[in-house]
Amino acid sequence: MRSFLQKGWRPILVIVLLLLGWQLSTIILQIPEWLLPSPTQIVREAITGWSIFSGHITSTIQLIFIGFIIGSSIGIFVAIALHLVPILREAFYPLIIISQNIPTIVLAPLLVIWFGFGMLPKIIVITLVCFFPITIALLDGFRQSDRDLKHYMQMAGATNRQIFWKLEWPHALPALFSGLKISATYSVLGAVISEWLGASEGIGVYMTLASSSFRTDRVFVAIFIIVILSLLFFGIILLLEKGLIKWKPKEERERHE
Amino acid sequence: MSKLEVNAVSKSFGDNEVLRDVSFSISDGEFVSLLGPSGSGKSTLFRIIGGIAQPSSGTVKLDSKEITGKPGSISYTPQSPSLMPWRTILNNVLLGQEITGSRDEHKALEMIERAGLKGYENSYPHELSGGMKQRVSFIRSMLSPQGLILLDEPFSALDEFTRLDMQKWLLSIWELYQRSILFVTHNIEEALFLSDRIIILSAKPASVKKEFIIPFKRPRDERILLSEEFLQWKKVIYEEMRQQDVSVDY
Ligand SMILES: Nc1ncnc2c1ncn2[C@@H]1O[C@H](COP(=O)(O)OP(=O)(O)OP(=O)(O)O)[C@@H](O)[C@H]1O
Ligand SMILES: [Mg+2]
Repeated sequence: MRSFLQKGWRPILVIVLLLLGWQLSTIILQIPEWLLPSPTQIVREAITGWSIFSGHITSTIQLIFIGFIIGSSIGIFVAIALHLVPILREAFYPLIIISQNIPTIVLAPLLVIWFGFGMLPKIIVITLVCFFPITIALLDGFRQSDRDLKHYMQMAGATNRQIFWKLEWPHALPALFSGLKISATYSVLGAVISEWLGASEGIGVYMTLASSSFRTDRVFVAIFIIVILSLLFFGIILLLEKGLIKWKPKEERERHE
Repeated sequence: MSKLEVNAVSKSFGDNEVLRDVSFSISDGEFVSLLGPSGSGKSTLFRIIGGIAQPSSGTVKLDSKEITGKPGSISYTPQSPSLMPWRTILNNVLLGQEITGSRDEHKALEMIERAGLKGYENSYPHELSGGMKQRVSFIRSMLSPQGLILLDEPFSALDEFTRLDMQKWLLSIWELYQRSILFVTHNIEEALFLSDRIIILSAKPASVKKEFIIPFKRPRDERILLSEEFLQWKKVIYEEMRQQDVSVDY
């Protein structure tokens, strides 16, 4: 914590200066509130409007959570299947790499056409954006496990199952977590975008309503909430990782902090 | 009685003939070194003995049972220590036992102590020096239930002093537990100091060129390294290897 304060004061100072500059320029240049509200106006709206959007937040968090759990489970499952069945890997791995370059979000309107405005299309969108980073990261993790160790285990008579659970799976855990971190951020984005396309509740809905009525302060409130949610989610994964992976080399851990 | 018998093993990868008609045997409790030029196929031979690669022809027998292409009878110590970074030293050492059945923590702790690693049982590999890791890797092999240990240049990454310490340590452990060892090295001195017998492989395609029985009595004292007899041996083996114009550490 102390080291965080020691190193963290510089970026915090930058943020404070930015906000200060923002506040001052809205006053000096007399920018109308509907064009660019000042930070204090945004904070005021966040406090007074809390009762309006708190419901939206819970609904979005729920969506993110369900989508993320389903998406990452499928991602993990697909990675294991592709890794253990070489024929599947040969057939699908190139396709997965190629499809990674397609922004999955563009499928969202199609999914709305097919599945309507309920939970299902939204969960599918989040699943799709979560799934690729996890599958790719995990597959690479499996493949990069120590060849010498694998030979040692094979010569000692280890079964494929033992090699998977004792060597490849633990070796791929750090890779899995880097995939999960990317997916966590993606799933927040996926949730909001899918809500833009049609929903009765959620931050995406709150945002569309705010922008169509020129309540720019509310748009900013929504943006900040999305940023905070992303960071929070990322932090949870980071904490999980620190709890689960205690064996990382010291230098590496220090570099992270 | 011979523990391991390698009978006329040949191996080619496509047109690349790597092993030709390699035959030798190792007795129970014997320490044998394989000296061969780089790229001559020693690791390939290990993979065949370990049963994870098929020879193009020939057989491998352990305790008179054929094990060609059948893994599970050999404990292998690779060139790099290859410990699992997520396991503590104790759990790393127990890996070999886990694969085939039951964990014997008591014996493992005893071995760890004998290796001078007491207090590190619950440390992770990244907290250990290179020499210590190599010792852990070797203890793992010694604790495995398999009767034959293959060591693929285990000390090549260590400096000269650590290396001699490790050699002495290896001998002390081996003399205590009496397992059959097949040891690969590029270093003539190392092979002489450690082995009962040295097998010299020819350059590609590799076959057994010559065998020497090393008469120094056991337990070996590091002072023999400076003796006249040791130097004579070194010369004989060096000459033998030089005839095939091969670079070795002298
Ligand atoms: N899986 C493989 N496929 C094709 N060729 C191979 C394979 N494995 C080894 N070889 C070839 O076999 C030859 C011997 O390789 P090997 O690794 O057994 O040598 P080595 O004696 O262990 O060398 P070093 O002393 O450098 O460790 C090399 O020419 C290599 O190209
Ligand atoms: Mg080799």
